[in-house]
Amino acid sequence: MDLLAKLAPIAERHARIKALGSDAVGVVNEKLLSPTRAIIDGRETILAGTNNYMGITFDAECIAAGQKALAEYGTGTTGSRIANGSFALHRDLEREFAAFLDRKHCIVFTTGYQANLGMMSGLAGPRDTIYLDADSHSSIYDGCTLSGAKLVRFRHNDAADLDKRLARGEADEGGGRLVVLEGIYSMMGDRAPLADFIAVKKKHGFQLLVDEAHSFGVLGPHGRGLADEAGLEKDVDFVVGTFSKSVGAIGGFGAGDHPYFEMLRYAMRPYMFTASSSPASIATSIAAIRKLAAEPQRRRKLAENSARLFHGFRDLGLELGCNEVSPVVAVRCPDEPSTIAMWNALLKAGVYVNIALPPGTPNKLCLLRCSVSAAHSDADIDRIIELFGAVVAQGHGKKVVNG
Amino acid sequence: MTDTVTQLCTLLEPFNGNGTVISATTDISTDLNIDSVTVMDFVMEVEDHFDIEIPLNVLSETRTVADLAKVVEARTRKG
Repeated sequence: MDLLAKLAPIAERHARIKALGSDAVGVVNEKLLSPTRAIIDGRETILAGTNNYMGITFDAECIAAGQKALAEYGTGTTGSRIANGSFALHRDLEREFAAFLDRKHCIVFTTGYQANLGMMSGLAGPRDTIYLDADSHSSIYDGCTLSGAKLVRFRHNDAADLDKRLARGEADEGGGRLVVLEGIYSMMGDRAPLADFIAVKKKHGFQLLVDEAHSFGVLGPHGRGLADEAGLEKDVDFVVGTFSKSVGAIGGFGAGDHPYFEMLRYAMRPYMFTASSSPASIATSIAAIRKLAAEPQRRRKLAENSARLFHGFRDLGLELGCNEVSPVVAVRCPDEPSTIAMWNALLKAGVYVNIALPPGTPNKLCLLRCSVSAAHSDADIDRIIELFGAVVAQGHGKKVVNG
Repeated sequence: MTDTVTQLCTLLEPFNGNGTVISATTDISTDLNIDSVTVMDFVMEVEDHFDIEIPLNVLSETRTVADLAKVVEARTRKG
């Protein structure tokens, strides 16, 4: 039997999507003009689905730092840090991030996905149990699977449900317990109710990891994420994050204060058996983290833009992913064909957002997902609201009968 | 049908979008055409109904309602 025969349903679904217009999962940015503008299908398009929260990807100092590193360290590291050794830049980056995060230790990974694979599988093993939020990102699920730990899923953002599930597992002898939350959930834009979970932590005594992928750089007085915003960092044992959003590069990190934290380097296969990040990416990340520390106005502008989009959409009567202002603003749509049709209409009118369909979404929702950037102008945000008003709020939001 | 199978069939009904007749031999994912996330959502309902823990790890070897009934019965006894 042909191994790829099982992909026939995916091929059919992809063909259905493409038949309705552009390829919603294969958009090509022909040219990048700025953090918030690209040429797509020959048209200048506002980018509102790229997680470029700080709008830092074209920053002159970051670009110069990357160019310098390319010239001084070359194009690639050609191997893992365990085998080939680190470049001084890797250690510089880890020191900078540890200082920014106010943590004793930080380990960088080649991608954000690998940061979760590495941290889950390094922290938990086959005798341990990981309790993960039902809406966790795929990298968390995959890292949990890689760990070999017992995996228990609790209802999204429901600390009482976690409490109940921890109590059910209490009879099991031995093994550690890791609870995994996210600062901002990537699809709906909602935050974890951290104080509620920490109350459960005090009752049951597990170790807590928060993935701040979408909240790092974004939330908190220091931009360290949800735990910073909530003033609860001392109750969070491990932090994970990515360089591909607020930092505008590629890579990821894990951080913590545990005395054995550095030993994770020799226990995490996704760290040990892959090439380390390229010099240019590391150098731009160092430059970017300095900018995030020195320029809190980026966070303020992002918060203003997020509020502007959130309230603009609310005023249109759109049903949103969550009831709080967040740089992730998801609009709930009736069904898959209408979502695809509206996504195409938005793209043609000049705004790129993400299309999010089951099973990539919670509760079988079909979403048009926007991510806001500090680099969006007020006029950009107003244009996005105007286009959603024309395309989503008026008529197109109704179910498409054929499809 | 055992009592566990009957209860599982009832719990599964809200996830049965295509009107399939559910029995012990029903393949939860392929016969009902539900995705992996929905299967996990269903299992959460099963956990709460029986007040047991069904780790995600056991799901890869659990295809039919009868398979799941065996898991539920083993874990109910344990508790």
